[in-house]
Amino acid sequence: MPATVITRDEVLHVARLARLALGDDELEPMAGELSAVLEHIAKIGELDLQDVAPTSHVIEVTGALRADEPRPCLPQEVALARAPAVSDGGFLVPSPQA
Amino acid sequence: MNVTDMLELSGAQSIAAIEAGALGAEELFAFYRERAVEHGGELERGGLNCFTWVADGVPASSKGPLVGVPLAVKDLFCTESVPSQSGSKILEGYLPPYTASVVGRLQDAGAPLLAKTNQDEFAMGSSTENSAYGPTQNPWERTRVPGGSSGGSAAAVAAGLAPWALGTDTGGSIRQPAALCGIVGLKPTYGSVSRYGMIAFASSLDQAGPLTRDVTDAALLLTHMVGRDPCDSTSLQFPGQIELPNAERLDGMRLGVPKELQRSSDSGAAIEPSVRRCFEEALECAEGLGARVEEVSLPHAPHALSAYYILAPAEASSNLARFDGVRYGLRADGAEDLLDMYTRTRHDGFGAEVKRRIMLGTYALSSGYYEAYYGRAQRVRTKIAQDFAEAFESVDLIVTPTAPGVAFELGEKTSDPWAMYLSDYFTVPMSLAGIPAISIPCGLSAESDAVAGPGLPVGLQLAGPAFSENRLLDAAYALEQAIGFDTTAAHV
Repeated sequence: MPATVITRDEVLHVARLARLALGDDELEPMAGELSAVLEHIAKIGELDLQDVAPTSHVIEVTGALRADEPRPCLPQEVALARAPAVSDGGFLVPSPQA
Repeated sequence: MNVTDMLELSGAQSIAAIEAGALGAEELFAFYRERAVEHGGELERGGLNCFTWVADGVPASSKGPLVGVPLAVKDLFCTESVPSQSGSKILEGYLPPYTASVVGRLQDAGAPLLAKTNQDEFAMGSSTENSAYGPTQNPWERTRVPGGSSGGSAAAVAAGLAPWALGTDTGGSIRQPAALCGIVGLKPTYGSVSRYGMIAFASSLDQAGPLTRDVTDAALLLTHMVGRDPCDSTSLQFPGQIELPNAERLDGMRLGVPKELQRSSDSGAAIEPSVRRCFEEALECAEGLGARVEEVSLPHAPHALSAYYILAPAEASSNLARFDGVRYGLRADGAEDLLDMYTRTRHDGFGAEVKRRIMLGTYALSSGYYEAYYGRAQRVRTKIAQDFAEAFESVDLIVTPTAPGVAFELGEKTSDPWAMYLSDYFTVPMSLAGIPAISIPCGLSAESDAVAGPGLPVGLQLAGPAFSENRLLDAAYALEQAIGFDTTAAHV
């Protein structure tokens, strides 16, 4: 298992991956809280798990496909109705680069 | 019918009274609506804060086998044109354009929507304190938490503000609040109830289930909930029918007590004396009904919580990526560009625990750590499922306390995430294995237990193999009759 103490820089890196802004005052507490949880979690590193297959589906599901038939979908105006900003029948967002 | 009599009726008894013409469906709905508004609203107005929305007026139709007995559902079920925020600020103002399949099924069966219930934000929590709507109080003692994350549903049923309710369980979020509020809560086999329209937390674990006054009501709601749904590819056809329970004895039934879940280890949960005493009394009661109680081994169960706190946050970090300020809910003002809008919206919209879990999950899935955390946790999950399968070769059901302690004080565990996570120590293993489990009240803490908080309910958890709901309900029913716990004692 990797070291379980997560640094301030790692917190920043992970926050970037998670598309989550964190204020300067939030970084240290987050690092501390994540480290504390990871210390407990690290105990699974003690288990011998060689030759154990990972679980993908806990209950076997077969034949999950349905018939591929056209049917009505959500009307455009309904889909747009709760959006924070709309323009020309689409979702309006800020420019990717200011 | 007079109001005291109406409040005494369980869901099934209300149906019988309506069918017998002794009670009108509209009368019952109006009665509960009034109670919900009066006692279930905000803390500042003297309510329990267990509801986030209450229906206006009386519904148009109540046709179907549930004949109009009203239903409260957890906020995270999408309900058409009715606020559905999963307890989060980031979904402020969201009115879904459709209704969750399981809620639709129950409405079609004749259970009109009475109210939406408070919950931990995105079902992440064990106390209903992580809600944008503020915390819910436990009707047994209002300085204490109702458990979580389905705490609003549990408090509403325990307080007699709804005849019955729906919750969801990812790692114990139906069973633990049911235990802490002295009512019945059932987590069905994974896949037996459609997840379509449930605002997702951890898709491989989330499962809807009933919170009710008694085992019969849980069975009755479940009959109308199960079934394959083309909108959820992990849902499946429940083999056979859910039957209403009627067992009086447990003759020949073998109940297994996992030895690993009895003692406290350094990462395990210390079982409070009141819980241990009530649990042992429940086992004696089961033996009195003819059951054989024996020790079983679930060697990997003590590692379940660790695996869970990798897998559930990992899935959550992916599921919650959709909340980006584009299509619904909150958007942060004044963003410089698109990325800035995403990150600031998520900063402003998510609460502290949700941010923690997104970070934890993103970390566990990030390059270099994936196999050490997520990969290992998925292998531990396999071992836990195998442990259960082996245990069920020698016993019919497994029994544990539902939670290590009784309802704790509001604020007691909010500053220590792991202490809060330990509330789910006994419920998480079953979630990882996808198997059904029920919590029934089995006693009250007492002065003699030498702990703070006498007179608070303790839950007994019964778990069985996948699709053993009927056996589980029968055993829970027989025990319920023998224990004779009064689930109406905390009515307001």
